[in-house]
Amino acid sequence: MADKKQGVVGAFLDGAAGLAGSYAATMTHLFRKPVTEQYPEYKRPLPARTRGRIVLTRSPDGKERCVACYLCSGACPVNCISMQSEVGPDGRRQAAWFRINFARCIYCGLCEEACPTLALQLTPEFAFCKDDIADFVYEKEQLLVEHGGKHPDYDFYAHAGVAAGGPKGSHIGEDDPVDVKSILP
Amino acid sequence: MDMLLGVVVMLVKMAVVLGVALGLAAYMILLERKLLGRFQVRYGPNRVGYFGLLQPLADGLKMLLKEDIIPDGVDRRIFLVAPAVVAGTALAAFAVVPFGDGLTLFGHRVPQVVVDSNVGLLLVLALSSLAVYGLALGAWTSDNKYSLLGGIRGAAQMISYELALGLSLVPVVMHARSLSLSDIVAAQAGLPFALLEPVAFVIFIIGSLAETKRVPFDLPEAENELQAGFHTEYSGMRFALFFVGEYVNMVLLGAVTAIFFLGGWHGPFLPPIVWLALKVLAVPVFLIWTRASLPRLRYDQLMALGWKVLIPLALLNILVTGALLAAGV
Repeated sequence: MADKKQGVVGAFLDGAAGLAGSYAATMTHLFRKPVTEQYPEYKRPLPARTRGRIVLTRSPDGKERCVACYLCSGACPVNCISMQSEVGPDGRRQAAWFRINFARCIYCGLCEEACPTLALQLTPEFAFCKDDIADFVYEKEQLLVEHGGKHPDYDFYAHAGVAAGGPKGSHIGEDDPVDVKSILP
Repeated sequence: MDMLLGVVVMLVKMAVVLGVALGLAAYMILLERKLLGRFQVRYGPNRVGYFGLLQPLADGLKMLLKEDIIPDGVDRRIFLVAPAVVAGTALAAFAVVPFGDGLTLFGHRVPQVVVDSNVGLLLVLALSSLAVYGLALGAWTSDNKYSLLGGIRGAAQMISYELALGLSLVPVVMHARSLSLSDIVAAQAGLPFALLEPVAFVIFIIGSLAETKRVPFDLPEAENELQAGFHTEYSGMRFALFFVGEYVNMVLLGAVTAIFFLGGWHGPFLPPIVWLALKVLAVPVFLIWTRASLPRLRYDQLMALGWKVLIPLALLNILVTGALLAAGV
């Protein structure tokens, strides 16, 4: 409040100045360019690590990265990921079917952190509304994409797992196979 | 034959006034949303039609199609009628508002006002005080504590500020020597009363801010303490009626301010109706600007301002005006 020694006129002027100040502040805002982004016309470029729709990526040779280890499914706090593993014709594990219920997904990204082969990744795409809630259940065919996502050059099977198209020890940085009998004490 | 013609002219005038008032009120909502948006550095509604020009239609359609919920425990009859009282009194007051000097059509003199009552000023004040019934009764019958608090605040506030409002108009009547709105405008052909009676003008603006329940005097519907205040329990078209009442009131306030203080349709260069429109619109724009600028008053501050400042000031102003008039200045 105003100082006690201040007279009526002083208090009145003080109050009037205060009012005028707030009116002036809003008036200057009136002529400022609005900060609103007009969404459907302008879509703000989102960071690559934005957590949106989940995809299953492929390694550089075009093969599926997913080895159906169930780690994403286990990490998922809302149990929206389910799958069935099988052994493919080349001896590698793969998902017979892989299903994500996006109606239940909370986009926490724990599945992506759990994925040992960098197969499962979250993308910045967030606007995929549906009329029917059942349409939010995405099957493996809908989840698979034709690229490597955030790690285009990474190939899990070049480092570990079943060596396809080469003998044992052909992984990058892997030692030659050791004859266990030769290292007996 | 003349009587029949009179009835037709009267009906046409009523239709025009009602249409203009309701149309203006509908677009006042859009204007408020647009302006408030720009004051807050964002765009207002801009999706429905160019610049959101069809937004009022879309809103009206939405309100019409919404369910009209009548909660258990309300006093049905009064609950249903209350919104109509608010909107009705605001619309009825337009009857005495003149829009021009009068036209001469086919040799007949047609005054540009529905009723050129010789107590028009009193009618405006009376109807604006009747609006408090809609508010207070609607709040009371809602059977809701927030509504009740809002209604009580509204009743207290509107009755308190009605006094200051009425007293601020006394100097105007003293200058114009008439209660007819047409005569009051005619008396301002030279100098508008806003310049002649600046204190009365300021008191009138503050009092009418309180009458229309707008920021900084929006205690009856204070969103962050009372949800929506007196219209918490209303929905659908009945809620819209409260809204229409509020915005018609804003336009009415603009018209009344223009006529009492801003010189009505008098002004240089431009045609009279343009001057009137400009003056009528200037007041709501100022109200919206105020809404963007000022915080809400506390209840005791509101009452103190009304009873301890505005009313004594208005009385003093009347005395000074009377003294000056008596001295023949």
